[in-house]
Amino acid sequence: MENKKTELKVSALENGTVIDHIPTGHVLQVMRILNLENFEDQIYFGANLDSKKYGKKGLIKVSNRFFEDLEINKISLVAPTATLIEIRNFDVTKKSGVTIPDTVEGFAKCINPKCITNHQKVATKFYVTDKDDLKMKCHYCEKITKKNDVEFL
Amino acid sequence: MKNRSLISINDYSKEEILHILKIAEEFEANPRQKILENHVIASLFFEPSTRTRLSFESAIMQLGGKVIGFTDASSSSVKKGESLRDTIETISLYSDLIVMRHPLEGSSRFASELNDTPVINAGDGANQHPTQCLLDLYSIMQTQNTLDGLDIALVGDLKYGRTVHSLVIALSMFKNTRFHLVSPFELKLPRSIKDFIIANGHTYEQYTDISQVIEKTDILYMTRIQQERFADQLEYERVKNSYILENSMLENSRDNLRILHPMPRVNEIDENVDTNEKAHYFQQAQNGVFVRQALLASILGLR
Repeated sequence: MENKKTELKVSALENGTVIDHIPTGHVLQVMRILNLENFEDQIYFGANLDSKKYGKKGLIKVSNRFFEDLEINKISLVAPTATLIEIRNFDVTKKSGVTIPDTVEGFAKCINPKCITNHQKVATKFYVTDKDDLKMKCHYCEKITKKNDVEFL
Repeated sequence: MKNRSLISINDYSKEEILHILKIAEEFEANPRQKILENHVIASLFFEPSTRTRLSFESAIMQLGGKVIGFTDASSSSVKKGESLRDTIETISLYSDLIVMRHPLEGSSRFASELNDTPVINAGDGANQHPTQCLLDLYSIMQTQNTLDGLDIALVGDLKYGRTVHSLVIALSMFKNTRFHLVSPFELKLPRSIKDFIIANGHTYEQYTDISQVIEKTDILYMTRIQQERFADQLEYERVKNSYILENSMLENSRDNLRILHPMPRVNEIDENVDTNEKAHYFQQAQNGVFVRQALLASILGLR
């Protein structure tokens, strides 16, 4: 009898980026932050995959797409454990983590419904006050937005 | 401090705060000096205010300056849907300095970063009201001759009271303040601000009854308790009278005790306190003029 495959086989990337170790439950959010929902080349993504390090994890493989640090650091707010693996010609050419930036500008929403940024055309800006248990202070209204409350614009 | 906006009390260092208070003394001694004769100040009140607006306008006029502006958004182009950006960009072309109050939080910070015209925040929603904080500090200094080593009792709504939070943060810049926090259980000072007190080397105690602090404090800072802050209306009925100050309660208080209130008051200070020499809330309101004169003069580079 043929060996029963217990793993879902995903073809290896020739060129592109693997985003590994995404906290489970945040895969779709990461896709959205990186605007991969509108990406036209191949994407594989998985959630609740087994991880030796974290128990469960999420993973995204994107063909023919590479990310700048500034772009990728956006996902650090929801996926601080993520690992980025760049693949060129089937070889791993770069492996890196993500860094939570000191200031977060233009892509996260302030939690305060009375904040000017939620009413007028004002780009948001936050100062990260706690990187371990994410807390960001709004430059305008001075209120704190915490990790679980982060929404993206 | 020339051309620097004042948006949050945290924008100023201890030295800068003391500098403003020093200049305010000069204006208290001589409030009518025509130093703003060649200046136009915009007073933009996107929501109504009595004390803050009138004390700013009085401060400007007593110094010989001219005021342009509006007293609520319905009498401005905001009603036609103009953005705050456009309103500020335009009015800064007509004036040397902008005083603004706006219901949205962070609006003053945004306005202050649009161009070089300095902005004084006269209240942005529940966020900041730094000129109130400065006049509170001035009133404490005026009555106690120091901002160090004082017993400060804060009474009433310590949870939502913006003036209370700013005052605690500002007083924490000075030495050895002992805070006495008197409030109903539901309206206690937020944990983050209590942590701030301790982190800056000060102490605090919490009480639910005002009579427990009257004899051991230098400043009794009263605030209004609003009924709508209570989830449980029965709780409001139960506590509302325990935060009312009567003249008879002041009998054994310290000689140097002074009573402050950011105003308006409703019933939390009985009118029988008004004639007591320890009542200082009307002088406090008057100090608002001197402190605002000091700020205007300092920001416009005239002091």
